[in-house]
Amino acid sequence: MSALLIAEHNNKEVKPFTLNAITAASQIDEDLHVLVIGNKSEEVAKSMSQVPNVKKVIHIDNEIYENFLAENFTSVIVKQAENYSHVVCSANTFGKNLMPRVAALLDTSQVSDIIKVISADTFLRPIYAGNAFATVKSSDSKKCITIRPTSFDPAATSGGSAEIVKADVGEASTLIKFIKREEIKSDRPELGTARVVISGGRGMGSGENFKLITEIADKLNAAIGASRAAVDAGYITNDHQVGQTGKVVVPDLYIAVGISGAIQHLAGMKESKVIVAINKDGEAPIFSVADYGLEADLFEALPQFLEELSKLNTIQK
Amino acid sequence: MKILVAVKRVIDYNVQVRVKEDGTGVVTDNVKMSTNPPDDNAIEEAVKIKEAGKAKEIVAVTVGEEKAQETVRKALAVGADRGIHVKVDGIVEPLAVSKILQKIVDKEKPDLIFMGKQAIDDDCNQTGQMLAALLNWPQATFASKIEVKDKSLEVTREVDEGLETIEVNIPAIVTCDLRLNEPRYASLPNIMKAKKKPIEQINSSDLGIDTKPRIEQIKVEEPPKRKAGIKVANVAELVEKLKNEAKVI
Repeated sequence: MSALLIAEHNNKEVKPFTLNAITAASQIDEDLHVLVIGNKSEEVAKSMSQVPNVKKVIHIDNEIYENFLAENFTSVIVKQAENYSHVVCSANTFGKNLMPRVAALLDTSQVSDIIKVISADTFLRPIYAGNAFATVKSSDSKKCITIRPTSFDPAATSGGSAEIVKADVGEASTLIKFIKREEIKSDRPELGTARVVISGGRGMGSGENFKLITEIADKLNAAIGASRAAVDAGYITNDHQVGQTGKVVVPDLYIAVGISGAIQHLAGMKESKVIVAINKDGEAPIFSVADYGLEADLFEALPQFLEELSKLNTIQK
Repeated sequence: MKILVAVKRVIDYNVQVRVKEDGTGVVTDNVKMSTNPPDDNAIEEAVKIKEAGKAKEIVAVTVGEEKAQETVRKALAVGADRGIHVKVDGIVEPLAVSKILQKIVDKEKPDLIFMGKQAIDDDCNQTGQMLAALLNWPQATFASKIEVKDKSLEVTREVDEGLETIEVNIPAIVTCDLRLNEPRYASLPNIMKAKKKPIEQINSSDLGIDTKPRIEQIKVEEPPKRKAGIKVANVAELVEKLKNEAKVI
């Protein structure tokens, strides 16, 4: 049997994490098909057909799929799932919302948020906010899996030429109505995919002081993150939150400023390749995960950091 | 209107979780247990809706071992009217929990079901959505704002791109984000009063639900440790290391 991946997109282009999920799904089964459900989403289907790992694209297109409501997606996914051994999706808010609804109707015990494919039925997944890793084996004949996107590399996007097959539209739910989506626009790289992230915590002391972080982020072309404490204190909006209840980030460089390192926060950033901690409390738990720790007052260190960066001839972007 | 709130007993979020040496799970003996944090938000929201005169009764339900009753008792202390404890030992997967809750819903006929968006132990993030599917109810997951209307709810959801607003017809399921509200603490008089509120005990076997896990937990282990880092003396050294040693800037 084959694996079926549910693509996440905005009807124009595929969301980057779908490419990471494709990598994982093709490790589960090389005969990987992608299901694109949307409205006027031909471009998405076409782009998916060009991914070399993808063997077939199933395209369901209708205006009822404009806003990606799980209630509308579920019935057509359940129908398509008849032909597959695995239904796969990325474990971001799209997949987290959708997949359990599918799994329940397939009477399958879903395996959430896997970080490694061990075999077609055995996976590694973090539990307790990443404080333990569980190796789990699913005994269901049809498996529903969500993928932690940052644990897999994105699949190549060109060179493939899979066939695109149209499939039947389902019925629209009358129980739910989409009202609006307010996307937060920014000139900066997106937090979830940025190469460099600089985050501030409660130690920043105020929202105003985040400009010290912003200046450095500009220099490094970094996304700006924050701890839950900083968000709760109102220093910055919650879409910046990194942690168990915010975003999980895996940048090449993560700079934690004035962040003590609560378990909650560490769960969202400790897989980063290089971690820098700047904190005046030398005993702060953040230092236990930092590759480079600087015990210093951030109000002195950040301006110096900016100055030192300005001296460099080149900075990677 | 009647609101059913599902709560789960988990290791307290402040506890540093430790993996058992034999790899069968995590240490739970003599470890502080609490209500799953976003379940507290679910209870709080239900109580606020009742205080606003828009709900008549709040029923708190939990599925788990004998001591799981403590989480129901806590819900009663902050404003739930009565409790239900479905007793079952061992690991119960979200699919089985949602089937059990479906039975409770058949009996109780609530108009709304609230629960946390995710339990902080198994981090599955499934139960609300699964229950919604089994009942064929609409779902509003990761809610950070709920407005009760006449026959529907307007719910703001926390999604990756920002915020999404949807309207769901009642009956509906809402899974709650930590940002939904600020859960209150139970006052001592209310804790005393809660002791007199009824908790109905039901054995899961009496509901006819097979709770046998479908997923075998082969091994639980510590995540790989990061190799110990170094402390740098000053900012100049930090930048030098990032540039020439780590090569990330």
